[in-house]
Amino acid sequence: MLELNAQTIVFFVFSLLTLGGALGVVTNRNLIHGAIYLIISLFGGAGLFVLLSAPFLAAVQVLVYIGAIAILIIFAVMLTRSMTQLREVFNGQWWASALVGVLLFTLLIGGVILPVWGNSGTNPNLPVSDLVATTQDLGVALVDGNQYVLPFEVASMLLTAAMIGAIVIAREDD
Amino acid sequence: MNVVNEWAFIGVFMAVAWVLPTAPLIVSWIFRPKRPNAIKMATYECGVETVGDTWVQFKVQYYLTGLIFLVFDVELIFLFPWAIAYNQLDFFAFGAGLLFIFLLSDALIYAWRKNALEWS
Amino acid sequence: METQQCINIIETMVPCLVRSGTDPGLAQFLSIIIGVLIVTLMPLVLVILFIWLERKIAARVQDRIGPNRVGPFGLLQNVADAVKLIIKEDITPAGADRLIYNAAPVIAILSVILVWGVIPYSPIHIGADLSIGVVYVVAIGSVGTLAIMMAGWSSNNKYALLGAFRAVAALISYEIPMILALLIPVMIAGTMSMQGIVEAQQGMWFIVSAPIAALIFYISNLAETGRAPFDLVEAESELVAGYNIEYSGMKFGLFMASEFLHSFTANLLFAVIFLGGWSGPFVAQLPLLGFVWLMAKTLVPYIFTLVLRATIPRVRIDQMMAFNWKFLVPIAIVNVLITALVLKIVQTVGLSPSPENATDFVANLPQGLILFATNLFMAFIVLNMLRNQGRRERMADQARMLRTVEQDKQIVPSAAH
Repeated sequence: MLELNAQTIVFFVFSLLTLGGALGVVTNRNLIHGAIYLIISLFGGAGLFVLLSAPFLAAVQVLVYIGAIAILIIFAVMLTRSMTQLREVFNGQWWASALVGVLLFTLLIGGVILPVWGNSGTNPNLPVSDLVATTQDLGVALVDGNQYVLPFEVASMLLTAAMIGAIVIAREDD
Repeated sequence: MNVVNEWAFIGVFMAVAWVLPTAPLIVSWIFRPKRPNAIKMATYECGVETVGDTWVQFKVQYYLTGLIFLVFDVELIFLFPWAIAYNQLDFFAFGAGLLFIFLLSDALIYAWRKNALEWS
Repeated sequence: METQQCINIIETMVPCLVRSGTDPGLAQFLSIIIGVLIVTLMPLVLVILFIWLERKIAARVQDRIGPNRVGPFGLLQNVADAVKLIIKEDITPAGADRLIYNAAPVIAILSVILVWGVIPYSPIHIGADLSIGVVYVVAIGSVGTLAIMMAGWSSNNKYALLGAFRAVAALISYEIPMILALLIPVMIAGTMSMQGIVEAQQGMWFIVSAPIAALIFYISNLAETGRAPFDLVEAESELVAGYNIEYSGMKFGLFMASEFLHSFTANLLFAVIFLGGWSGPFVAQLPLLGFVWLMAKTLVPYIFTLVLRATIPRVRIDQMMAFNWKFLVPIAIVNVLITALVLKIVQTVGLSPSPENATDFVANLPQGLILFATNLFMAFIVLNMLRNQGRRERMADQARMLRTVEQDKQIVPSAAH
């Protein structure tokens, strides 16, 4: 059922990086160390993208998440110095968040195992998809009138709105 | 199969390439003198004693620069597949790309006029 | 034919090993390991040569000789420097974050070495011909800024932190025009793979088809690698060496090596993407000659960079940022749009080379010339705008000076008579 070839080993390594990094983010008291763990976790995610035959998305993950968002997070953490050492780990409502976490986890596991969207994820005999799309197909799809050209333009509007909003907020105290 | 080969190369590359720069570090660790004292290990501040905690005054320009860079970075990510498939597409593709870039240069002009691009 | 295959090392060693009886998976793995070692060692060994070249050229421009004692012509000077750095005491500041402090220089040099894995050295030698080569290069470059941030933070020194902030802000800003300039070769070649871009230049180099993009890429590289006139990132006379204040010994050596290597790597990318990479006469017969051509083509912009470093004064950080966001980025955006328009027009009219005669120089000539003319036109417009703006500013300065002279005359009227 579970053959031990190179692909499986790589999958386990990257899953370990992703999950271990995520665990490190939420348990670490030092925010900078948390940011470093986040970077490790994002890198694991990039590796998983490569395994899914989406190398462009892996490079995008490294370029945007690690190269821009993680740096912004580190900027924010470093510029507000008093947050580097958090004092308490648990507050009074930890049982509510634990409940929500368990519920979400069950939901996700159910969504993966049960055949909700057609093929079930635990059936190794059925291929997930027959086509392996290249970046060129992605490019064609992004401007094709019948496919994704509207989300393409809406994404641009969203980015513009984000930038204008950020500038409005940041310039308010002048 | 060749694609797997390429990424296998990159994977092995990332796993192995950090060994070679670390080798001089290890050699250095073996051979260098280790005589730390309090004065040598003190933080450097132009030769005087450090004053205050190690933190930097918050300047909003740093964060704004990072933010504007992030928005443009994501825009460029969308433009890469467009650029690859450009040769096979018709004129509509140019129009779509034009609209996309135009909206974002709009944001750049806004940032310019609101002086968000000053000093940094 | 099979003996021919056994001559090329990276990627085609597998048939030789399989014929000699080893298991195919193991042979694959072995060839990958050897390829990785070659691709990792090559920059680390070549960096000794580049630093020597840099010091010699800087010295000659400054009317002195440069290193000439250690080894013939001072070639072994860097080996001596490396030995010196290895045996120096490594002073880790108190309160420094140990793991991050030690990891930062390794990540800095790693972010440069990892780029060498996707560069095509010859028509058949390449580490890994990724289908996303260009984006991979850009992504790895952006990891380098992370190393600077880590170095600045873990030194527990507010000057290091301030230096790191400024360096990272400058570096990330100049990534935008660089990526925008890279979009043009990708558009013309129709692929992001580095080998594909070099092969698409067999008919016409991209520096002819897209000179403005090449210039923007070159200037952004100057800023990204911290070279003059943008070298306030590692300015020796300000902020006391910036983010690597607290680094000594071999760790500092690794930062310096990564910086020199980064400059050469940036010029190597320029040669691959705009100057035609390994293409040159007789490459089809002797593929390894492509490596020689590639190095020769890299040395041209590299030496220009070195001479530039010894010649031009430094700009301030606010001038640097204004130059980027108010000049380079708008020009790069307009360049992308106009090139896309012209390219699409050329393709619909039918003047672009078809895949059959893509390597023919004459077939590429119409498209190349039209794009070159477009670039010239854009450059003309930009220069005109600059000239008008310069004239406006000069007139405003003159008007202001006349006003102050008038005011002075009114304040001291007796002096005029």
